[in-house]
Amino acid sequence: MRIKKWHKWLILSTLLVGGLSLSGCAGNPGPAPVTPSPGTELSGTFSIVGSNTVTPITSVWAEDFMTINPGVRISVSGPGSGAGIAALIDGTTEVCQASRKIKSLEIEQAESKGVYPYEIHVATDALSVVVHPSNPVSELTIAQISAIYAGRITNWSELGGNDAEIVAISRDTNSGTHVFFKEHVVQMQGLPTEDKSLEYGPDVLMLPSTEGGVSETAGNPNAIFYPGLGYLTDEVKPLGIKITTNDNGILPSVETALNGTYPIARPLLYYTDGEPEGIIKAFIDYCLSAEGQLKVNEVGYVPLP
Amino acid sequence: MRSISAVIAAAGKVGGLRRRRSGERFIEGWILLAGILAIVILLGIVFFLIREGAPIFLHTNPWQFFSGAKWYPVSEPPTFGILPFLVSTMIVTMVSTAIAIPIGIACAAYLAEVASPRVRNMVKPLVELLAGIPSVVMGFIGLMILSPLVQSTFNLNTGLTGFSAAIMLSMMSLPIIISVSEDALRAVPDDFKQASYALGATRWETIRHVSIPAALSGITAAVMLGVGRAIGETMTVLMVAGGALAVPQSPTEPMMPMTAAIASGIGNAVRGGLQYQALFAIGLVLFFITLGVNLIASRVLERQKRRFAR
Repeated sequence: MRIKKWHKWLILSTLLVGGLSLSGCAGNPGPAPVTPSPGTELSGTFSIVGSNTVTPITSVWAEDFMTINPGVRISVSGPGSGAGIAALIDGTTEVCQASRKIKSLEIEQAESKGVYPYEIHVATDALSVVVHPSNPVSELTIAQISAIYAGRITNWSELGGNDAEIVAISRDTNSGTHVFFKEHVVQMQGLPTEDKSLEYGPDVLMLPSTEGGVSETAGNPNAIFYPGLGYLTDEVKPLGIKITTNDNGILPSVETALNGTYPIARPLLYYTDGEPEGIIKAFIDYCLSAEGQLKVNEVGYVPLP
Repeated sequence: MRSISAVIAAAGKVGGLRRRRSGERFIEGWILLAGILAIVILLGIVFFLIREGAPIFLHTNPWQFFSGAKWYPVSEPPTFGILPFLVSTMIVTMVSTAIAIPIGIACAAYLAEVASPRVRNMVKPLVELLAGIPSVVMGFIGLMILSPLVQSTFNLNTGLTGFSAAIMLSMMSLPIIISVSEDALRAVPDDFKQASYALGATRWETIRHVSIPAALSGITAAVMLGVGRAIGETMTVLMVAGGALAVPQSPTEPMMPMTAAIASGIGNAVRGGLQYQALFAIGLVLFFITLGVNLIASRVLERQKRRFAR
């Protein structure tokens, strides 16, 4: 393989540009200007790993907290709640962000490794069910959504829509939303029709990110997907959710989640190994403060009551 | 494996016959160490995969594991059947190979036989540059540009299908196929072609009946290497293939190949848990498939080399 000199330069410069743009994407503000503010001696590094759903609000909190405390470095990543809990159990992260509660099996596994998960409720999310804006369907019952995802209803005409096959989109098994939605919607936990044997149907698309699901729904007239409230855009239409056919459909919003009328709201949680201390405690105190909860609203989630 | 030990033995013999400077001996030692290290790493990986993955067969017997069509790793109780992933991997690989072979060989024949040296020196590095595009970028292109196109062309429900993933994969295996086939075509002795021209054959006839048959084992190896690349590719298929858990019936359905199944589940799996073991077992299967493909490729490539070693 003979590569001419200028080719080498071409490859080198391409790599360089690629590398630069990648590092730009990481959103690292670089060495922050040192402005010694009195009273802040916090410094240190920790990471928050877990839910893709919680990541938007965690990122805002982490950035603000790092601006206030220049000595603190927080890294945030969102591969999924299950991944976060696995990381907490394996000791590869200090804080786990989760969009579902930790399972008893996971607590056992954690305790067998000397990790004692401590739960902190930091915000609430209303899980919205979205379709393409051109879809005439605007309300569904939980039982109907369950039937769609279990593969028992496969055409929109069965729900009063167009004669077109439904493209049901889900998150993959890394996601806490996947598990929460399966338990509370597909299996209808807490409803009279609850059926623990129901599973996602084999034709459901499992996508690796919530953004991917939203963009696929925005471009596909027959798609349905369930992003967290923070991922709603104008390109998709949220459905009104009702428990029985006679109810009025409730649209997902901060108000309906706070007053308890929206049926699929869920807590967003942080888990630490034992009660948080030091900079992690300071960070979580900031998240729970009035200022931190104001950010929850801005990102599109539901603040704590 | 055998050829490596043969090389080591040969090196030892040569070393014994010749008096060498100590510097040379030092360097040879290092090279030997590097060679051994590669083997140790390979064996270590195999050992690790078996240790982490094999225990799943205590829970699910191998027959159920390979022929089961249900994959519910986070349910109670979990079921692990990898048939959908096996079939998806096969479909995606076959379609991508079917796309890549004609384009790749035609491009290689053009570069080796038709193009002027100036053009070749321009095009070949560019083709090799294609290999350097990160797979996540290919996935993004597939997601944003190709999948809507596939959806409207075939009038499908969704463009996130095995076919879209196969197209992206074929683009990723093309550089390997082109580069290795071109080398094989150029290794065909000039006498062959001169003889063909002397008999009055046209350039096309020469390529078709002389160059390509003579270089066939090298081209086969190139294709196998491309296949290996397509089987192991993860990010692109994860993003583009759609990820449905059904056993796919046709390439235009959403599907989840083995690599995507591992990637979309491993983050959730607690170390040592059942899902973790099942995913490692998939990794083990994948490893043996790619190992097989690469072994065939190197065998064939060796034959090609022997053929023209004059």
